[in-house]
Amino acid sequence: MITFHVEDHNGSVKLIEIPEGITLSLMEVLKASEYSIQATCGGMALCATCHVEVKSGLNALPPPKESELDMIDTLPNATNLSRLACQIPVTGYLENALFVVKTPKSP
Amino acid sequence: MISTDICIIGAGPVGLFAVFEAGLLKMRCHLVDVLPQIGGQLSEIYPKKPIYDIPGFPEINAGELVDNLRTQIEPFKPTFTLGEKVSSLLRNDDGTFTLSTTDGTTIQCRVVVIAGGLGCFEPRKPELENIEHFEGKGVVYMVKDPETFRDKKLIIAGGGDSALDWTIHLADIAKHVTLIHRNESFRGAPDSAEKVAELARSGRINLLLNTNLQTIQGNGTMKSISCVDREKRVTELDADFLIPLFGLSPKLGPIADWGLNMDKQAIVVNTLDYSTNIEGVYAIGDINSYPGKLKLILCGFHEAALMAQSAFRFVYPKQKLSFKYTTVNGVNAF
Repeated sequence: MITFHVEDHNGSVKLIEIPEGITLSLMEVLKASEYSIQATCGGMALCATCHVEVKSGLNALPPPKESELDMIDTLPNATNLSRLACQIPVTGYLENALFVVKTPKSP
Repeated sequence: MISTDICIIGAGPVGLFAVFEAGLLKMRCHLVDVLPQIGGQLSEIYPKKPIYDIPGFPEINAGELVDNLRTQIEPFKPTFTLGEKVSSLLRNDDGTFTLSTTDGTTIQCRVVVIAGGLGCFEPRKPELENIEHFEGKGVVYMVKDPETFRDKKLIIAGGGDSALDWTIHLADIAKHVTLIHRNESFRGAPDSAEKVAELARSGRINLLLNTNLQTIQGNGTMKSISCVDREKRVTELDADFLIPLFGLSPKLGPIADWGLNMDKQAIVVNTLDYSTNIEGVYAIGDINSYPGKLKLILCGFHEAALMAQSAFRFVYPKQKLSFKYTTVNGVNAF
């Protein structure tokens, strides 16, 4: 099992466990877990509506591609810890990471 | 006031195809979209991406699909209100509807079709306390008429192509332009980035890199902003306008207030005809919800066809609907 934590807008942190070998992105897992991730473009790094901050474990992740950095750059609340969840495949690299959902809360 | 048979909210692929299905049944359509161009998510987010699941097209670019739809619906002469958001929907005593947009355009129709996709594309706003108080009073998210900024002091915030392009364009019109970006360099088009750098070197604009907006001040109208750089140095800047250009993201918007049955951020529909709980109002495409719903363009196309067959009775209450194939009947242009 791959285990990591997700913090929502209220500051509540939940443990997420995903079996190894599943071909899902972090965005798909967050959507399925009912976090406020719109994923408008479906996972093509074209809309930045799956913005997360990697509070812990950033350096363990595969580095972002240029297209992801381009999109992150458009966000008003991006920081050096920002990533797009659709570009992070759920693999062992995520073990023990802490992701904070940064997309606006749904009304 | 614009008068039509069917007002379609949303000019994405499903809203566009609805014009075709309605036109086969001799119903006229007027479309409203908040974006300045038709095509919805396809033209706004991924115009050059190939789509592989449009029936009859093994591969088609999103932008090309929009062009094809525009050609397909041309015989039915749709009209458009673009760059405006529908803010209210009222049902009149005679059963017709009146829609109003944020810019004061009104549309009267017999049927409303909501093809709003994932919601209205709205500008991403910087997290500045009280920024809402200054919207329309110094803070603008879209440049509609550059002349508005002639001889004014502007602050533009953002790092994408939009921020670069408007900085270049408005440098010649405004009294002064400051461009604020959180990073060391720009990721937009290299030519534009170089042009902005040149404007900064020659003193035509003020370029603040590694800097974030911090606060906005004013008494009713915006007067100044403060920004902070990586070394935590704070700079106060007087300005007449702040133009944050951080891209668009979809929000449900006013649709949520119209008394429609909703399921999370989607409109609940009857799969008989994709009608909503308000008679004469339909919802098709990504915006609707029903058991088994798939957010695919091809599903939206199917929903548009069934919607049109049902909407006929509101537009032509005294006529009997007779189903005809295009292979037999052709496409009878208006």
